[in-house]
Amino acid sequence: MILSVRDLKVSFRTNDGLVRAIDGVSFDLEESEILGVVGESGSGKTVSLLAVMGLITDPNASIEGSIRYKGRELVGLPARELRRLRGNEIAMIFQDPMTALTPVYTIGWQIAEQIRAHQNISKAKAMERVEELLAEVNFPNPHEAMSRYPHQLSGGMRQRAVIAMALSCNPALLVADEPTTALDVTVQAGILDLVRKLRATHKSAVVFITHDMGVVSELADRVMVMYAGRVVERGSRMELFSAPQHPYTRALLGSIPPLTGEKPRRLPAIPGSPPSLLRLPQGCAFGPRCPVHYEPCVTGKPGLGGGTHAAACFRVAQA
Amino acid sequence: MSETMTDSPILETRSLGKRFSIGTRFSAEGKRTVHAVDNVSLTVRRGETVGLVGESGCGKSTLARCLVRLYEITDGELLFEGEDITSKSLSELRPLRRRLQMVFQDPSASLNPRRRVGDLVAEPLRIHGKLSSREITTRVAELFDLVGLLPDHVMRYPHEFSGGQRQRVGIARAIALNPDLVVLDEPVSALDVSVQAQIVNLLADLQEKLNLTYIFIAHDLSVVRQVSTRIAVMYLGSIVEEGPAEEVFAAPAHPYSQALISAVPVVETTPSGTRKRIILTGDVPSPLKPPSGCRFHPRCPIAVERCRTERPELREYRPGRKVACHFPTV
Repeated sequence: MILSVRDLKVSFRTNDGLVRAIDGVSFDLEESEILGVVGESGSGKTVSLLAVMGLITDPNASIEGSIRYKGRELVGLPARELRRLRGNEIAMIFQDPMTALTPVYTIGWQIAEQIRAHQNISKAKAMERVEELLAEVNFPNPHEAMSRYPHQLSGGMRQRAVIAMALSCNPALLVADEPTTALDVTVQAGILDLVRKLRATHKSAVVFITHDMGVVSELADRVMVMYAGRVVERGSRMELFSAPQHPYTRALLGSIPPLTGEKPRRLPAIPGSPPSLLRLPQGCAFGPRCPVHYEPCVTGKPGLGGGTHAAACFRVAQA
Repeated sequence: MSETMTDSPILETRSLGKRFSIGTRFSAEGKRTVHAVDNVSLTVRRGETVGLVGESGCGKSTLARCLVRLYEITDGELLFEGEDITSKSLSELRPLRRRLQMVFQDPSASLNPRRRVGDLVAEPLRIHGKLSSREITTRVAELFDLVGLLPDHVMRYPHEFSGGQRQRVGIARAIALNPDLVVLDEPVSALDVSVQAQIVNLLADLQEKLNLTYIFIAHDLSVVRQVSTRIAVMYLGSIVEEGPAEEVFAAPAHPYSQALISAVPVVETTPSGTRKRIILTGDVPSPLKPPSGCRFHPRCPIAVERCRTERPELREYRPGRKVACHFPTV
């Protein structure tokens, strides 16, 4: 077991009240497994992973629950200890590669710096390793690319450089937050291929955050669907996509226009919009938009049952 | 849709081009020209939706802006209902503006945050219409109803709305003057996935009710297929393939369209890797230094010597289907 998160709660004190960004999230991750986390903006998918990375430093944030990495508790770990893990054993890729790159140094310099921050090797050795890494993430001319500045690369190439950086210390856990959202589909396809290949060669476990059901279904072994700070459904890729249980998962899958076959005259849309985390409904957060909600949904919050495939829904529990 | 569609073109471009000059004679590379849109001949018929697809930087947004004359056209001609409007002055264009409208990607960037949304929707009516203030109020209420907003929403400010509602306001404003043609530039891309379908449905309803013609740009190919009657695939400023949306998606003829469509991730319940995918190598070349011959040849999996030297024309190989390739899959 690489990562085990239990009942994680993250809330922020704001002028308008308490924002419960994450409200009781639990999940496990095995070695070389890809977990897809799907959700819309405000569903808590990014915040939960920032908490895992120890990157929530806002003094108004409160983090409760347990995050165990290889059996070691990360919640409450001193910043120095966390820094030793981060970048070395746990690496992260963000949506916008420029958040991880500085415009004033070359790609080669930046990746080498990352290696030398965690490993005791010479500059020349680090540079050799950089060239290997760039070749591994399919840079057509790795040696030349090392002397390039980020602005000289395209968006897809920058994201590859960031992936090379993330892989430089052979992380056991790679967290990718919407790494392909800003990219064209043609470039995205290449990056997804790369993530698959790297999982095989580096044996890294990957948490892949996205809002795109298609991306998840192509990449993930297991999937977790989030809505308003809670996990509403989890299961293996096959279970979740061939037999979705939660009304939200079903509705989301149903609202995607098909790429083949006959076009529906109208798309089955979900009414309303995601709730504000400041004013969450008392019962099930999806209740007001749910086509099958009934009395219990108004007052109680459905829990996620046990088992590999589970949905947090009273209707599902009843059936 | 089909009963309102006629064959008369509402908008037509003939070898339309848009060049931008960048740099000055003092910059390192000197003064240069970018052909953002190059030799585009496109016919849009009344009542249909033409989808423009392609990677970022392929010129689809530039083309859209040329079509409503937000950009000065540098080459070729633009015809609206058969009339040449390529070089009409701004004052001559004013009566046309009413009939050509545009909806932008980011609704919060196109709505003034300091004004009430009712006011924002009323603005085009005040500028173009000859309506009394009472008539304007009635019309705004009518428009709000049409796009699915509540009557008391008129007094609110843009920040009080969700992204989907803001886009409804943007749409209400675009249709306020009963336009004939609406250019939609990524209208659902900034919205939450669960809200996108609502807007797609709204656009379809409005098209039917108001007999609108759409030019629809989106990078989400499944959304484009859903809304479009015809699509045009663009690569580096030019159209490489054109045809009925469902046909092109089912059997793309150009190697670029094939790669683009195959790259779309779709929800599958079969073991992964069963769908054939063409992964393109390299990036879109810079439009500053477009490749010789066919502009797609450096990334094309089936390119031969001829593609390096001879640029293929966009030609109709079957009624309704056009492709610019020496070796199309037909």
